[in-house]
Amino acid sequence: MDTPIRIQTPLSEDVVLRLKTGDRVLLNGVIYAARDAAHKRLVQLIHEGKELPFDLLGSVIYYVGPAPPRPGMVEGSAGPTSSYRMDPYTPPLLDRGLKAMIGKGQRGPEVVHSMAKNKAVYFAATGGAGALLSKTMIASAVIAYEDLGPEAIRRITVVDFPVMVVNDCFGNDLYRLGRAQFETVE
Amino acid sequence: MGIREIRTSRITDTVKRLCLEATTTLNSDMIEAFEKGLSMETSPQGKEIFRQLADNARIAREESISLCQDAGMAVVFIELGQDVHLAGADLIEAVNQGVRQGYAEGYLRPSTLDPISRRNYGDNTPAILHLEMVPGDRVKIHVLPKGFGGENMSRVVLFHPGAGLEGVREFVVNRIREAGANPCPPLIVGVGVGGNFEKCAIIAKRSLLRPVGRPHPDPEVAQLEAELLREINRTGIGPQGLGGRVTALAVHVETFPTHIGSLPVAVNLQCHSHRCKSAVV
Repeated sequence: MDTPIRIQTPLSEDVVLRLKTGDRVLLNGVIYAARDAAHKRLVQLIHEGKELPFDLLGSVIYYVGPAPPRPGMVEGSAGPTSSYRMDPYTPPLLDRGLKAMIGKGQRGPEVVHSMAKNKAVYFAATGGAGALLSKTMIASAVIAYEDLGPEAIRRITVVDFPVMVVNDCFGNDLYRLGRAQFETVE
Repeated sequence: MGIREIRTSRITDTVKRLCLEATTTLNSDMIEAFEKGLSMETSPQGKEIFRQLADNARIAREESISLCQDAGMAVVFIELGQDVHLAGADLIEAVNQGVRQGYAEGYLRPSTLDPISRRNYGDNTPAILHLEMVPGDRVKIHVLPKGFGGENMSRVVLFHPGAGLEGVREFVVNRIREAGANPCPPLIVGVGVGGNFEKCAIIAKRSLLRPVGRPHPDPEVAQLEAELLREINRTGIGPQGLGGRVTALAVHVETFPTHIGSLPVAVNLQCHSHRCKSAVV
């Protein structure tokens, strides 16, 4: 496998344009944890024309609801959740500057189209590797919706968080390509 | 035969211990399944996933960190000997208390909430409790903290009898194809064939308690398991859906007699974070 590409958040369009489906990437910097309930609220704020709790420009959202940290830890287990549930909320966020999402599983056609239009990228982290992934987190703070508990929005700083590019901004999809390559046809 | 008395506080303690063990320590059958999977996998990204899963299992075990942030709903199977008298708090509360204590002490994510208001209960109760009466004076407890990546991708169908085994095979394999990366492959695939609407789902879930990859004792059922595993691993989905030869580590089929007018089938998908511990009280 190719050596991973190390990149820093927030992401510029130049960086996104260089990323290709199948690339291994190590993310560094701030990412925002948000899942179902937080997405619903973010999109509600957009509809109401109100300010969002963090700057979307160049931002990376990680679909995760971490386990509580043991004393001395930054976060507990923190692997990705299934991304398709965030599909209906995603295009309005991409239209306002979101540059990357981290999750697991295939995205719908509207999201893929919006990623190409807005020059954004979708990464997969390894689902179920929450203990491993929590080790890359060096700081974390709840910045909105504390009442949602594990679904609150968190600002997490990561060092060499390992992901793979699933959808680049050119319309490629690793789930499709990977499956086609290894499918056995009679 | 006499009646044996067991305090339900012992049930609480056992459920708590099993929650803590299951969520941090994979059974040796899973670790072996990862090693076998890694040796069979030819895709570079698939191999990389197997290495990450082995690392994750080691970190979780050594540092008592939840294997996955989704410690699921706690599915508890209790085989209650009919010569047992349970004394103390009622059994359901005793089980829930064990879950409550285990999830708090293990720093496990509370994921249960009210389905209407979506307000989180904060303690991951209630458990999903399946209670069976069995002969004897013992209580066997299985705890299966089941994540919802796989649960959301699970399905039940009630075919007409004409669909036959071909229909069963097609349904199971198509379910895996449609689920893709969502249920976190490599999977353990639990299949229930027969019974009625709820029975097929429960036997599909119960099949997950079997040691990973141990064939069904009935050779016809075992043959169906082997055929399904072969077909599932030809889909190319692979570890985490990134392409590869190992989409499932095992297929477990359980059967139950059914009605002349039906062929119920349930597919309960279990992720690679197959957390399952048992104990006898």
